[in-house]
Amino acid sequence: MQTIQKIGLGLFLTGFAVWIVTLSLGQFVLTENALKENLKPEHYELIRPRVQNIIGQTYSTAFGFGNAFRAEVETLNEEFRSAQKYDQVIYDNYSLPVAKASSQGTIIQQTGLWFWLSFGLAILGAFLYILPNRRKHPGIKNDHIYHSPATSRGWIGIVLGSFLILFYIALYFYPEYVVNWIILVDPLSQALSGNPASQWFLYGFLYTLAVVIMGIRMLIKYRHSPYQMLRSLSVMFFQTSFAFLIPEILIRLNQPYYDFKNIWPLDYDFFFEFNLNTLISNGTLGLFMLGWGIALIVIAVPIFSYFFGKRWYCSWVCGCGGLAETLGDPYRQLSDKSLKSWKIERYMVHGVLVFAIVMTAFVLYTYFTGQSNVGPIDSYTVRSAYGFWIGALFSGVVGTGFYPLMGNRVWCRFGCPLAAYLGLVQRFKSRFRITTNGGQCISCGNCSTYCEMGIDVRWYAQRGQDIVRSSCVGCGICSSVCPRGVLNLENADPNSRVMIAPELMTGNEMPKIG
Amino acid sequence: MKHIVILGNGISGITAARHIRKHSDFRITVISGETEHFFSRTALMYIYMGHMKYQHTKPYEDFFWAKNRIELKKAWVKTIDFDTKTLHFETPETMQYDQLILAVGSSINRFGWPGQELAGVQGLYSYQDLELMEANTAAVTSAVIVGGGLIGIEMAEMLLTRNIPVTFLVREKSYWNNVLPEEESALIGRHIEEHGVKLRLSTELAEIIPDENGRVKAIKTTTNEQIECQFVGLAVGVHPNLSLLKDTKLETDRGILVNEFLETNLPDVYAIGDCVQHRTPQQDRKSVEQIWYTGRIMGETVARTICGERTAYQPGVFFNSAKFFAIEYQTYGQVPARLPEECDTFYWENKEKQVALRLNFRKDNQALTGVNGFGIRLRHEVFDRWIKEKKPIQQVLAQLHEAHFDPEFFRRYEPEIVADYNEKHPTTPITQVRQPNFWEKLFS
Repeated sequence: MQTIQKIGLGLFLTGFAVWIVTLSLGQFVLTENALKENLKPEHYELIRPRVQNIIGQTYSTAFGFGNAFRAEVETLNEEFRSAQKYDQVIYDNYSLPVAKASSQGTIIQQTGLWFWLSFGLAILGAFLYILPNRRKHPGIKNDHIYHSPATSRGWIGIVLGSFLILFYIALYFYPEYVVNWIILVDPLSQALSGNPASQWFLYGFLYTLAVVIMGIRMLIKYRHSPYQMLRSLSVMFFQTSFAFLIPEILIRLNQPYYDFKNIWPLDYDFFFEFNLNTLISNGTLGLFMLGWGIALIVIAVPIFSYFFGKRWYCSWVCGCGGLAETLGDPYRQLSDKSLKSWKIERYMVHGVLVFAIVMTAFVLYTYFTGQSNVGPIDSYTVRSAYGFWIGALFSGVVGTGFYPLMGNRVWCRFGCPLAAYLGLVQRFKSRFRITTNGGQCISCGNCSTYCEMGIDVRWYAQRGQDIVRSSCVGCGICSSVCPRGVLNLENADPNSRVMIAPELMTGNEMPKIG
Repeated sequence: MKHIVILGNGISGITAARHIRKHSDFRITVISGETEHFFSRTALMYIYMGHMKYQHTKPYEDFFWAKNRIELKKAWVKTIDFDTKTLHFETPETMQYDQLILAVGSSINRFGWPGQELAGVQGLYSYQDLELMEANTAAVTSAVIVGGGLIGIEMAEMLLTRNIPVTFLVREKSYWNNVLPEEESALIGRHIEEHGVKLRLSTELAEIIPDENGRVKAIKTTTNEQIECQFVGLAVGVHPNLSLLKDTKLETDRGILVNEFLETNLPDVYAIGDCVQHRTPQQDRKSVEQIWYTGRIMGETVARTICGERTAYQPGVFFNSAKFFAIEYQTYGQVPARLPEECDTFYWENKEKQVALRLNFRKDNQALTGVNGFGIRLRHEVFDRWIKEKKPIQQVLAQLHEAHFDPEFFRRYEPEIVADYNEKHPTTPITQVRQPNFWEKLFS
């Protein structure tokens, strides 16, 4: 490692440490105003007497404050439940906005300073660490991946994975714990959309930052490969514009929040009534968004996947894919290649697809009939179960938290219902395949090792069979790491895909029997 | 039931075992003392460099062998009694066979240099060699590699990932120029030096000098230079491993002698892979040819014979590939280091990008005889067909895009190549066949 890279790593870690420390900065004092401004009037009436003891009290951490406030609301809800007054139970999460409004001290007064000391230092450090790699010779650089505790499930990987898992749990379930981080990005959110930041703005900001910085790392690492460079630029572009900036700008223009590249069933609440109502009540643009969303599902997915395979989405456009291909690139080798994991994958990913379809059918049934029950099943229970288990736990906590432990495509491979849909098109009706070059394969295993989707690429390459797998996202890394120029991502007549291994590979002239 | 015993679990032996299982119900045992399971020997370098772990180099999962009823025995064989069809292991154990396939591979060459047995001096062929290299290079500040071939450059690349400076002794006047024509050899030579390897051309090893503990501390070259080093990599080629077979009835010369059916002079004893010497090699093929795919094809062939369909070994048009640091190399047909009398050649190189293409063709009918590609991927089927068809060089160049195998969006070199040819042959210019445009490709 060069000196400048060591400095970069030092700055990055310092920025990261400052960021962690900001969680403990300032204090929290609940005021009458904070309650009034953030609670619905009917809830204010209910909650206000309960938090009498909290008002005016100084809490030194968001944890203490959040727990105290949450406990009071919970007690209230418990009483409603035991009195069977279910309609009065409070589902709104007030902990975060109330915590934000109760925050005092340096984090509020010197937000900009803490922003630059944390994010600024970390970004600067990351660039100092990444950019000097330009001086190395272009070409595949996988040296020491299995020697490093960061990339081979060593202690760094375990620590990082644990951090990510905790981060996601806080983000989805206890956002008030990380309220200071949300405050840090408030000015940016105000500048973009005119609204204060939510935990989702914080998440979008971090996500985009990760995709862009680690995308630049990809551009340098694969600067000998135009395919990899274009692909990285593409995911960086779609994340920054479609996923992050455009929705914020739409909000600023009083239009519905909409990510134009997110497709149902990955975008699982697209058909939820709140979303349909928003789109329908927002004039031409809203209706266009509704039509666009449906067209992506019924036209774009089959047509583009027919011509190019599912890669057009999964490794060029998708946000989850974008994060996997940039932030997740150092962990691609950790995906399990065993036959057993392939079997589990097929059950799981198609299971989630079925779940998503059934859930959405219930949602639409309820939407059009007004009946919340489909037979004995409550449609709201089904959608909230999906949101919790799939939307939050699987795609977030497991999907990204397990990067350093199970590879960078855990969600895409085992859970994404859109990947399953795209995969069915790719497997059964597509021009896409990875071809193998005659008899050149030496079974070295680089392709399988670096396949993020856990495909045993070598199994096909060494027998001269095209790789036609529903899970393949077409990242092209197998082709990049192949030392003998064996693998190539190609589109051609679907009937020309070599689905059965030839009896004899090129180079063996003995007579055929079969 | 017939018991087939295969000695050696490399690509040859394992391919034989798999294909015998495909076509028969015979009992199959594969014996190796090296590792319990088949692994890709060509990937040893990647384990050392940290690209992969040993488990990743296994082409089949461990359950594969029991599922396909291929018995594996991890043991070293000490002697073979061909009369009683008995293998004697280093332990007191024995094993009977009905038919024996010898796939015992190669051993590294050592040419009797003083000090060649010192600690810190080794080749790289087996899994044990890899473990030894790990130990031998743990505290090394400089290394010398002897031998300008493929293993030599691999060892140099491996050592550089550990920041160990490497001096590379090459007997020839340029890198691998007993195989590569002059220009390609120079191209790779430059590439090696760019990576910081000190290349000593026209230089051979004279002796290896020990320190007081019997470890290498320096080497002396034939040019009388003394180079300090704590590690010496011997990469001056391999020879068929005949250690088990000396003073037996089995006929050997440089390798185990086999006929076109891979049969040895003894009944029910076959030999395949690196250890083989063909009595009557095919045209354009060497009698001893140590390449991954030739071992594989011999395994496929002998499996046919064992299963009752006596089949001759018939490798087709020659091909091979390698990677020199970042430059990939592919070759099809015959591109010898010295151009044959009846052939002419066309060589194109993009110096900046380190990409090169050579096409050899017959003077009389212009038929393509061979191709070398550097930094450019070429389609095996297409060149295999063109060489068999004796396609004239002009047509090959006009249709070169059909053999293109580089990933999408990579720079296309066909126009440069054709322009270069036309410049060199102004009287017979070539026009490239029009390539399909985006829409034609989209619906082709």
